Amino acid sequence: MASIDAVRPAPSIGKARSYQGSQRLARTLLYVVICALAIVFAFPFFYTVSSSLKGQWEVLLFPPTLLPTVPQWENYVRVFQVTPFGAWLLNTITVVVLATSGAVISSSLVGYSLARFNYRGRDLLLMLALATMMLPGQVTLIPQFLLFNKLGWINTIRPLWIPSWFGGGAFNIFLMRQFMMTLPMELDEAAAIDGASRLRIFLTILAPLCKPAIATMAVISFMGHWADFMSPLIYLNSQDKFTVAVGLNYFKAVPASSEEQFYHYLMAACVISLAPCIIMFFSAQRYFVRGIAMTGIKG
Amino acid sequence: MDLAVVKPSSASRRPSLLARIVGAESELKKKDALEGYLFAMPWIIGLIVFVAGPIVASIYLSLTHYSVLSGATWAGLDNYRRAFFEDPLFWPSLGRTLYYAGAVVPISLIGSLLLASLLNQKLRGTNAFRSLFFLPHLTPTVALAVLWSWLLHPHLGPINMVIQALGLDPYPFLTTRRTVIPSMIMISAWSSVGGNNMLIFLAGLQGVPVEMYEAAEIDGASSVRKFLSITLPMISPSILFNLVMGIIGALKVFGLAYVATSGGPNYGSWFFALHIYSQAFAYFRLGYASALAWFFAAVLILFTMVQLKLSNRWVFYAGAN
Repeated sequence: MASIDAVRPAPSIGKARSYQGSQRLARTLLYVVICALAIVFAFPFFYTVSSSLKGQWEVLLFPPTLLPTVPQWENYVRVFQVTPFGAWLLNTITVVVLATSGAVISSSLVGYSLARFNYRGRDLLLMLALATMMLPGQVTLIPQFLLFNKLGWINTIRPLWIPSWFGGGAFNIFLMRQFMMTLPMELDEAAAIDGASRLRIFLTILAPLCKPAIATMAVISFMGHWADFMSPLIYLNSQDKFTVAVGLNYFKAVPASSEEQFYHYLMAACVISLAPCIIMFFSAQRYFVRGIAMTGIKG
Repeated sequence: MDLAVVKPSSASRRPSLLARIVGAESELKKKDALEGYLFAMPWIIGLIVFVAGPIVASIYLSLTHYSVLSGATWAGLDNYRRAFFEDPLFWPSLGRTLYYAGAVVPISLIGSLLLASLLNQKLRGTNAFRSLFFLPHLTPTVALAVLWSWLLHPHLGPINMVIQALGLDPYPFLTTRRTVIPSMIMISAWSSVGGNNMLIFLAGLQGVPVEMYEAAEIDGASSVRKFLSITLPMISPSILFNLVMGIIGALKVFGLAYVATSGGPNYGSWFFALHIYSQAFAYFRLGYASALAWFFAAVLILFTMVQLKLSNRWVFYAGAN
């Protein structure tokens, strides 16, 4: 190494300094760009929260104020009084909890079966799972609607969570299967020699090791069901049965005649519907980011 | 894999019919195979009841005229003929959807690749910026539509207030046919560039071996050259994934238009998914809507197939020859 260094002409001190200078300039520029972008991404949120705390006169003020002069915290209380928002929240939480737990439990069982058992048609089941990911939901939507109609499930939240208990969707099954494939077989074999049943092996050995995959799945499923709009729109008709997503849409559409009076409440409702997603993201960011990166690379 | 210990004595015995049906080579493996079915049962039932059954039913429905009162009456290919030749909203809504997807996908792909490259510069505070860029993607579609229809409101929205304050005419955004789709493209770009695409690209970028860049630097390669000759080929699998998922997602656009404009003004944002929805659940033409859904599925599958086919020309998988 030393001989090579000796052959090369040493850079003059001035040159090195200018190189460092341009490097620093580039870094500064990058910071400026990244901060500008951060503002572009964050401003709409900021303005939404700010509008949600303004009084009726201030929301429509020209020029608009960045911050409310006096934060109107009671807007958030009023949202629950002018709409059945409490019921909407409760319905959404019920759907999300039931659907997510169904997806987690059933897809890990199915993933276990696909990863650890030998039987005829196993690979076909996996292939079918992957094939259904390509098919748009619209194709099965109408017959499903007729089916749920026949079962008397229209205008109940059942169509929104019961299907999750039957495999929890192809993506989740695939995720669980791929994750279990990475766990060494010897774990199962050792437990089997000790006389553990297959269910017991799953519950006491594999499931605890699958925690990262389960957490990823739970977070993604939570977000998906929380934000889901089309299914509740189709299945729920009466206001008191709505989820937050359809409720918010209803709330937006209804005050069209007297829209000026409602924007601060509407923004407050927006913030309430956003908050759980953001809280969820920040508390489970690790799993979330890894899950998405995993689908991109291995999917 | 199988955990059943095969005894030499039983191996010679011919397995029973049931064992042969489930694909087990011996009686002992039969129990294992049956248990496998048991664990897979939720998906087997789900596949039949919620996927396979509805697919068959939907093919049948698409070949019938269905009304709530009289049920289904056989119509052959009449629904498809009507869609192609008589429905005045069919081709325009398809064209509109393709226009929207054709703009959203490249913008969001290039934008998220640039953001990911920016985050990959190892600047201080990268994690905080990553979370900040991701926030718009977390916004549920309905909240996204409500929030932006307020921000873009022609008179009351802050953006138009600023435009007016600058002495310009207010921009109509979501309220004219000419501007509604570009506005929605902008909203989607805002919500998607920092989202999943960016995280997937970031993971891809972090997977590129540093030695490659070092080797290129010794050869005197410029930053642009390194990006084109190393980065792009190395992350091409991520690009393919994002491209395929992006096109599928964009073609399915529904909630944004439904909530923000109800498909208007004057059908200006009447996307294909909206057309299917309204035929099915506003007019209850379930046969016709099923035909539309199958046409839509064919378009999506065609796009995916073509991309996967073309991908072996440009996607590079490290470690595969």
